Amino acid sequence: MSAPTLETWRLSAREVASRVRGGSLSAVEAMDAGWDGPAQAWEREVHAVAHTDRELRQAAAEAANTKGPLAGVPVLVKDNLCTTDYATTCGSRILAGWQSPYDATVIRRLRRAGAVVVGKANMDEFAMGSSTEFSCYGPTRNPYDLARVPGGSSGGSAAAVAYGLVPVALGSDTGGSVRQPAAFCGVFGLKPTYGRLSRYGLVAFGSSLDQVGVFARHAGDVADVYAALAGADPFDATTRPTPAPDVSAWDRGVEGLRFGWPENLWSRGVDACIVDALDRAAAALERAGAVRVPMTFLPGEYGVAAYYLVATAEASSNLARFDGVRYGHRGAASDLVSLYTRTRTEGFGPEVQRRILLGTYALSAGYYDAYYLKAQRARTRIRHEFAERFGHCDLMLMPVAPTPAFRVGEKTDDPLAMYLSDVFTIGANLAGIPGISVPMGLADGLPTAVQLLGPEDAEPVLLRAARALEVDGDRAALPRTHTTEFAWPGKR
Amino acid sequence: MAIDRDEVLRIAELARLEIAPDAVERVAAQLSAVLEFAATLDTLDLDGCEPAVLAPDAAEGRPDVPGTRTFEPGVATAGAPEAEDDFFLVPPVVENLEP
Repeated sequence: MSAPTLETWRLSAREVASRVRGGSLSAVEAMDAGWDGPAQAWEREVHAVAHTDRELRQAAAEAANTKGPLAGVPVLVKDNLCTTDYATTCGSRILAGWQSPYDATVIRRLRRAGAVVVGKANMDEFAMGSSTEFSCYGPTRNPYDLARVPGGSSGGSAAAVAYGLVPVALGSDTGGSVRQPAAFCGVFGLKPTYGRLSRYGLVAFGSSLDQVGVFARHAGDVADVYAALAGADPFDATTRPTPAPDVSAWDRGVEGLRFGWPENLWSRGVDACIVDALDRAAAALERAGAVRVPMTFLPGEYGVAAYYLVATAEASSNLARFDGVRYGHRGAASDLVSLYTRTRTEGFGPEVQRRILLGTYALSAGYYDAYYLKAQRARTRIRHEFAERFGHCDLMLMPVAPTPAFRVGEKTDDPLAMYLSDVFTIGANLAGIPGISVPMGLADGLPTAVQLLGPEDAEPVLLRAARALEVDGDRAALPRTHTTEFAWPGKR
Repeated sequence: MAIDRDEVLRIAELARLEIAPDAVERVAAQLSAVLEFAATLDTLDLDGCEPAVLAPDAAEGRPDVPGTRTFEPGVATAGAPEAEDDFFLVPPVVENLEP
């Protein structure tokens, strides 16, 4: 077995797995490459990891299935996915130290495929946030500019992949929490079709919206991880019983595909560098043989309005279980009601409390029809809009977020401004359709990206288009970690 | 629609949360801002749009049947703040049981 070089951390997951299966690289070496190199240089400043342990990592790598499709691939997973080896706390004080008695189904499937779970990624508390500033462990920073956020809520997962700790990470996407941090950190981020990846063992936020998602630096790695994880799960009644779409042709090209171009969405309020990224992406797809289909689409503000009523309503219900009886933190109290109130007040951070209050209000007597029911009708309208547009195209191209990564603290005191940063991602969750964030290179040192959306089960098409953008030949469109001249993030 | 101080305290009680007295006005303003934004939906034509019940129609999935995986009581209570003899411990729910 040859000694790994310091550059092992740059390898794609696909290449790591190939070398581990072939015996030229061990799972331990593949894992250590990230921890001995990038993590030594940057983890202290970026703070992508919430929980890890050297001995647990070592044991997991030594036990890895070295014949699987993800043989020896190190993976960081969001702290809201249950694992038996690491605490699962959702970035919240209320779950401090809580250890799950079981692995989430996606974790079981990762391990079965040979992947090595190396720890838990920092996140906005209970996945409620767009910046990874609302974690009880403190904020995660953007590896491209430490004064900026990595996006959220899966910011730890995105940042870790971006700076090279791991080639692949898992997150969850309820309103854009995989796609937006992927965009801010210059990596790929896939939110699959609702029902294709099991949520058994994913701590629930908005159950009709939540999906587990995949981060990677290469489109092919996203495809490999999706293929390993997707499929029905008897422990999750919302998974689809039909076989998951085959993504093995992710490198097939886009000849003849039609992509929707809803330019009205970015006619105002979107940074020029994002508009430029969209123009470059469209030109690249056309060069590869795809056909642009101009269209209009419903402004994203309607989706934001509906989402923050539906998601908070579901969150207020889902988070009722955290009451100081079964999990984690307990506030001191002499009666049961005071126990609930003290525990939740001490244990939940300000953003989670805000959303629980909003959801409680939207569901309360006298307001249910005016808010929750109306939002659910708007959701139907948005789904109809998507269905109609996908009658004319195979996928749609649009921004992921109106801006590149914003500054730490810029939006923490203005919840509505924070919520509006999700204006382009929320629609996919409301409609249950898949979407992928594709890196489009740097502008003034910050990653830019575009989003591809497709109808249900369009993952193969989305990955083909993502791959077409990856190989377009514009080196500026690649995450910097693809390139041999890449230096550690921030040391430019 | 603006939420006032009393409304914040009412929904906080429903949600089993306690809002610090000096934070009530700020929370009321933040929630009001979001709800005023939610009124955007009033300008959306929703004729013929029934409420979405759960998720996409195609994602109805299989019937919800009981799973076969179970945990021993001790495993389930291991993560609890307080447990004894495989039971979750809570403060007294019913008091004055003496006849």
